[in-house]
Amino acid sequence: MIVEAEERAPYDRPPLSKQLLSGAWELGDARLPVDVDALEVDWERGCRATGLDLGDRRLALADGRSIAFDGLVIATGAAPRHLPGSGGLAGVHVLRTLDDCLAIKADLDAAPGRVVVVGAGFIGSEVAATCRQQGHEVTVVEALPVPMERILGTDLGSLTADLHRDHGVRVRLGVGVEALEGGDRVERVRLADGSVVDADVVVVGIGVTPSTGWLEGSGLAVDNGVVCDETCLAAPGVVAAGDIARWPNARFGEVMRVEHWENALEQGAAAARRLLAGDGPGERFEPVPWFWSDQYDRKIQLAGRSGPDDLVRVVHGSVDERRFVALFGRGGRVVGVLGVNRPRHVMQWRARITESISWEAGLALAAEEA
Amino acid sequence: MRIVVDYDLCESNAICMGIAPEVFEVRDDDFLYVLDETPGEELRSKMEEAVRRCPKQAISIAED
Repeated sequence: MIVEAEERAPYDRPPLSKQLLSGAWELGDARLPVDVDALEVDWERGCRATGLDLGDRRLALADGRSIAFDGLVIATGAAPRHLPGSGGLAGVHVLRTLDDCLAIKADLDAAPGRVVVVGAGFIGSEVAATCRQQGHEVTVVEALPVPMERILGTDLGSLTADLHRDHGVRVRLGVGVEALEGGDRVERVRLADGSVVDADVVVVGIGVTPSTGWLEGSGLAVDNGVVCDETCLAAPGVVAAGDIARWPNARFGEVMRVEHWENALEQGAAAARRLLAGDGPGERFEPVPWFWSDQYDRKIQLAGRSGPDDLVRVVHGSVDERRFVALFGRGGRVVGVLGVNRPRHVMQWRARITESISWEAGLALAAEEA
Repeated sequence: MRIVVDYDLCESNAICMGIAPEVFEVRDDDFLYVLDETPGEELRSKMEEAVRRCPKQAISIAED
């Protein structure tokens, strides 16, 4: 049985900030190719889970039903953060669901206008890029002085801001939003430094929080996600996968919660295998995570781990050319690779990271290949 | 089996190349080249993995 809060048939999320938002794709183009009949599963849409009783092994649903289960897969994902005090104004959006995307698109299609994107993370940046390419005047507001510093470090952390500026998007860094102002619709964004940006549409992309509220009191360990072991097991007969799962990735000796498309896919399969292994030991889920972000004509890909304390080295191309490969080093190993329009290199380095290549060997190999 | 790529959907993420570089190659021109359109049966599980993990669902397997 699948219990799904959304009404719509399952769809792919990456196009929500790209092809569906721009109108390049129709709704049907983003539908996931799931043969529901072949799955022989009872798929209940528009059906929200509201509670879990681990002892009785029962799932509570919003419609009042209580469902007994032998095995449970928790994949309720994450929900977008809203700006405090932004409720009530039309023209202010978050982007997580297809309905969110259609609402933004409706506002954008009404007239070429001034779009303010709050948050220069990957979702915010993709929305900004899509809007800019549709001819709107776009301003990105980001509270951090170096937008992607937490992921890419100081040297590379301005990558997305630089791409935006290349394409005529105004970028305000190191300043937060004080208030959204307007009558019925948003008219301007007041920033923390007192300056004002006029806006017809505001899209807020300030991250998501895992949707674990319904699990409070269930007995499951919840701490920035559902806490699992190395095999994705949260409790006997209960596994978690995707944006909601927090688990120790043995490959990196790190507890993580990964919000990327491919992880949802791979961890879903791993969680299912763990469930089917029953009382057996299960296999560790220890991927080299990977994601991509398409902005303008650039494809940004990041595999493995990366952070502000890592060694960073550009080993191919150059940041100025907007086409390069950079390696991240930690604990004497290459742990991550960032590529911009260099997919082959990213895949090759992803394989080498999987094989635990040392930092020194990695740099030597990169030098040979340059 | 025959490997079919919908090049309207393909965005050269190279996940397929990561799985089976003997069949898929994204070259420095950023295009995907299928090196062997009829790989042997021993590659079937890798091909199925490539189909599943392609971010654009651009790969399919035809049984001629």
